[in-house]
Amino acid sequence: MSINQSGWRPESPQTGVEASADTFTGNRALMLEEPLIFEMDERGGTGVDFAEAPKVSSRLGSLERNRDIDLPGLSEPQTVRHYTRLSRQNYAIDLGLFPLGSCTMKHNPRLNERMARLPGFADIHPLQPVDTVQGALKLIADLGEWLIKLTGMHSVAMSPKAGAHGELCGLLAIRSALEARGDKREVVLVPESAHGTNPATAAFAGYRVENIPATERGRVDLAALKARLGPDVAAVMITNPNTCGLFEPDMIEISKAVHEAGALVYCDGANFNAIVGRVRPGDLGIDAMHINLHKTFSTPHGGGGPGSGPVVFSEALTPFAPLPFVEKQGDHYALIEEETAEEHHGRTFGRMTAFHGQMGMFTRALSYILSHGADGLRQVAEDAVLNANYVLRALEDVLDAPFGKSGPCMHEALFSDKGFEGGLSTLDLAKALIDEGFHPMTMYFPLVVHGAMLIEPTETESKAALDQFIGAIRNVAERAKAGDPSLKAAPVHAPRRRLDETLAARKPVLVYKEPEQAQAAE
Amino acid sequence: MRYLPLADSDRQEMLRAVGASSIDDLFVDVPEAAHLSTKIEGLADHASELSVERQLTAMARRNMVAGEVPFFLGAGAYRHHIPASVDHLIQRGEFLTSYTPYQPEIAQGTLQALFEFQTQVARLYGCDVANASMYDGSTACWEAIVMARRITRRGKAVLSAGLHPHYVSVADTMAKFTGDVLDKALPELTAETDADRLLAAIDEETSCVVVQYPDILGRITDLTPIADKAHEKGALLIAVVTEPVALGAIRSPGEMGADIVVGEGQSIGVGLNFGGPYVGLFACKEKFVRQMPGRLCGETVDAEGKRGFVLTLSTREQHIRREKATSNICTNSGLCALAFSVHMTLLGEKGLRQLANLNHAKAVQAAERLAKVAGVELVNDSFFNEFTLRLSKPARPVVRAMAEQGVLGGVSLGRLFPGAEALQNGLVVAVTETVTDEDIEALAKALQETLA
Repeated sequence: MSINQSGWRPESPQTGVEASADTFTGNRALMLEEPLIFEMDERGGTGVDFAEAPKVSSRLGSLERNRDIDLPGLSEPQTVRHYTRLSRQNYAIDLGLFPLGSCTMKHNPRLNERMARLPGFADIHPLQPVDTVQGALKLIADLGEWLIKLTGMHSVAMSPKAGAHGELCGLLAIRSALEARGDKREVVLVPESAHGTNPATAAFAGYRVENIPATERGRVDLAALKARLGPDVAAVMITNPNTCGLFEPDMIEISKAVHEAGALVYCDGANFNAIVGRVRPGDLGIDAMHINLHKTFSTPHGGGGPGSGPVVFSEALTPFAPLPFVEKQGDHYALIEEETAEEHHGRTFGRMTAFHGQMGMFTRALSYILSHGADGLRQVAEDAVLNANYVLRALEDVLDAPFGKSGPCMHEALFSDKGFEGGLSTLDLAKALIDEGFHPMTMYFPLVVHGAMLIEPTETESKAALDQFIGAIRNVAERAKAGDPSLKAAPVHAPRRRLDETLAARKPVLVYKEPEQAQAAE
Repeated sequence: MRYLPLADSDRQEMLRAVGASSIDDLFVDVPEAAHLSTKIEGLADHASELSVERQLTAMARRNMVAGEVPFFLGAGAYRHHIPASVDHLIQRGEFLTSYTPYQPEIAQGTLQALFEFQTQVARLYGCDVANASMYDGSTACWEAIVMARRITRRGKAVLSAGLHPHYVSVADTMAKFTGDVLDKALPELTAETDADRLLAAIDEETSCVVVQYPDILGRITDLTPIADKAHEKGALLIAVVTEPVALGAIRSPGEMGADIVVGEGQSIGVGLNFGGPYVGLFACKEKFVRQMPGRLCGETVDAEGKRGFVLTLSTREQHIRREKATSNICTNSGLCALAFSVHMTLLGEKGLRQLANLNHAKAVQAAERLAKVAGVELVNDSFFNEFTLRLSKPARPVVRAMAEQGVLGGVSLGRLFPGAEALQNGLVVAVTETVTDEDIEALAKALQETLA
């Protein structure tokens, strides 16, 4: 029997399985089944040619490799085909609307890609003498300056590698500032609606985490927050706009109360795209906030990263910001590292990553900022908010909108699965949307709403695209409310039907094993 | 504004549909005091594609491009040739512009590529399992130390003096907050590694020993005795590999008993990029898999019994476990992992071995040539593609002076270990397949002139 469940091996076509039995190859017209590289490898294959190595005597000592690594190799055409075929099994923003609330999937301009690949940025080493990388340092300084101005903050740390890394950066600065004044505080307060990374980050920074509930209107419970503030609280981590898609109208009061209690305010800036150019977080009393460059400034998500999470700081936290950073000194850009930290930045909490951060993402983000300019960035926020409200109002008669009466939403609209019949749930609606040609919305988040569906269209969707999406979701929602059992089988048109995630977790298979190895392991 | 598809007429129609008289109605929750009525100071209005290209190109021109000069920098980031098809493939929109594969039915492309990546990394490192990548080598190294604490319930990490000083700095920063104790030392400018010190430092309090292989001076140590001693005392061996191409020529850390192997994957498929984005590699023994940080892709079947892939073991992760998660990391370096995997697929066993041999041979050639320059002494007995020279003068100004002559001649230990007097004359030189005989001659000549 074929070990390849995908059915690609012509000598063993699958039988008794409806979808793969109808073709000899297992392919479905243009949707081609693709084996793993380990199954295609003709041993000794390679897709590269090298010059012959000069004859020298080895300096590897006794450690010369004496057994095979067992890495498969494919020729260039095989490789190009393999990955091109795989790519066709992915949904992507280049294919259509990607309505992931709190994730922000917007159009990725190709100009940004071209700029990031200029050899002057892509082909320079992080440890080159600083005189040879003045343009790169200028770019980092310029981007940092725009981030400071857009947020109304005092300084910026560019090195954090992703949003969650930025959260850690912010909390480490907060902890350093508190300890510098001899204040040992132990608790970080995190509202229920926060991203899961917030409590994880606080725990990693050595804090105990306590939750703050949300009100019925989907905002932080100000009274509960004020009641909990005290001399043991180091910081409050708040997301604004929050993960219910709502602006925290009490934000200034929250910041004031937190500061009066001697604590500091961390803002998860994942949703900055909703307010960029219209609201500066610095004016809300925030002390530290990370900015996910891929969300607000359109660096591509790449199927899971790389991200980039610069952190802006208030004046109070600036002295504690991490190394390294770029400083403009007249016409020259200096790189402040461990060596010069003492005189320039003596209270820094240290280094968070080996080099200077995600240069490739900086280039893309700056390119985006300059393309939009001051007028365009404001329009970004306005269109993102308008599109989300358009979706909210167009769907609230068919889908329960728990905070629909709370006023306008910001950049994302929240719904629930209330009213679905026949045991159908958010998951079923989401999978049915796949058959309609859309990536599903964010499901089961935020946790404050049962069966949550969080839809974020972003500003790069046209009205026509929104109308088509709204039509599809209305259709599926009506079926869910009628208890249509066929939704349980969705998706039926995707490259795969529903996948067994329980099996994957119960018997983890994380690497490929040759059939005989796999058998021996059982 | 070319990226914004709404026309003003659309906006008006949509405002009517949502019952707003103007866009300001949708921002009513923003407190009056926080409304920004002016434009961002100093930022011009929107610009054409051509204009932005000009502005960024002007900045790019102010940098000395590695590929245009004799280039010998390493120390954690390496310049290798990347086949054209790697960048072509990762720029396909379906890879470039897709999200984290939370909807596996329409993300099989990313997921299968990650499963292949995990297998390649595990085999390269000689480990049972690998994750779907981390931010970079330095943060992966720290996560490994945290993982060792979780497994052993001990808080003393013994760091090799040969560990990249920036990796040590990252660990230092984090240890201040988590309370871990780091036992560390500065390297000595000798051919000997610090294996003896490590063996002496491992005790009943030790959670892990962290060894870089090859180390920051390019030296290669047999990890077996260190693994044995660590295991005898109930500690773990963490091996850090900053130059994965080396593993095409030398034994893998896993083979020598390392429990966790982490490192930088930048060398394969990912360019220099001035330090990022890079791709952290993370692998370990099977028994520790549930303690691993980061994403994991696993094999399963769909409702028709066809093989498919999903993200799995998510109960370790922050979105489920919140403050009890194994790590706060919520992303990986997906696209860089893909670049690594595509390049590795093109290389294959045969290509990687050839690439490694070529790197080593060129480095030996260069080391022998440079050691003949007056005032230059080769420190290493063993090395792969990177070695350390002891110069007759402090290396830092020498590197700067050579840069002025158009030669990027290496990384001075003075830059890496500021304040360590004994290391100031050390120069770390990396030689890859991209270096030509003329480049080596140019470096020898520049060194000779600068040291004279």
